[in-house]
Amino acid sequence: MKEQHLKTFVSGVSGYFEHFTAQPAEVHAPYIDDQPPRLLDYTAVIGISGGYQGCVYFTAGTPLLQELLARAGETGAADADSLADAAGEVANTISGNARGELGAGFTISVPSRLRGQPADFARPPSVPAFVIPISWQGHRSELVVCLR
Amino acid sequence: MSPRLLIVDDSSLIRRAIQRALGETRFSEIRSAGNGAEALRVFKTYPAEIITMDITMPEIDGISCVETMIQLRPSSRILVVSALADQATAIEAMTRGAEGFLLKPFTPEELCEAIDDLLQD
Repeated sequence: MKEQHLKTFVSGVSGYFEHFTAQPAEVHAPYIDDQPPRLLDYTAVIGISGGYQGCVYFTAGTPLLQELLARAGETGAADADSLADAAGEVANTISGNARGELGAGFTISVPSRLRGQPADFARPPSVPAFVIPISWQGHRSELVVCLR
Repeated sequence: MSPRLLIVDDSSLIRRAIQRALGETRFSEIRSAGNGAEALRVFKTYPAEIITMDITMPEIDGISCVETMIQLRPSSRILVVSALADQATAIEAMTRGAEGFLLKPFTPEELCEAIDDLLQD
C-alpha cells in the first residue's frame, strides 16, 4: 500500500468525526501491526475487491459508539444491534469516501459486524495491517487498513 | 396532498436518522426498507413520490433499485444517500434516474436541503 493511500484513510477519519460530530478526532501516527488483531467491543469489517484486495475495519469500545449514537439523535439505552450498526456506518462511510481518491476500482462490501473478539477473525494473509489509532472525546478506537 | 417517502438503507441507524431529520411535516407517510430486494417489494404496493436510496446494500444494490423504480413509476424522485465519493458512482446513479446525490456523512440540515430541492423542482 502506498503512503498516499494511507493518507486518504487518515484524512477520511478526520473528516468523518469533524463532519458528523462537529468535534474533531485526534488521529495518531499510523503503524504496521504484525501482532494478532486485538478487537475492541464492536468491529465492522469492509471487504475490498476490484483493483484492490483486502479489508478495512473499524473497531471501537461501547462508550465511543454510545456517544456517536447520541450525536446521531438516538435516545435511550443503545442495544447491541445499534452499537454494531454504528461501527458499521463508520467503517462504511470512511471506506466509501475513500473511493473519491482511490477510484471506482476500490469496491467495498457491505459491513460485517462483529462483537467482541471472535476466534475465527483473521486479517488477510501476507498483507500488512496499517493501524490508525483514533482518540475522540476521551475514547479510543482504531481504523485498520489491510490493502494489496 | 403531501408526498410519501420511502427510506432505503441497510443501516437502521441511518434509516432512523433520516426519518428524524425529515420529521412528519413534509410527508403524509414514511416507510423504510433495509435492502434493495425489500425496497422493490415495498415500492410495488407503496409507490412513494420521494425515495432516499443507499447504494451499497445486500441482495440488490441501490443503483439497480433506482433503475427499476423509475421504470415502474417514472414520476418518483430519488435522492441517493451514499458514502461512495467517486464521481463515476454519482454519474451512474443520475444516469439511471436519480435526481440528487447526498454524500455520507451528512448533517440533518444537508439532508433537509437536498430533499427540499427535490420537492420544489
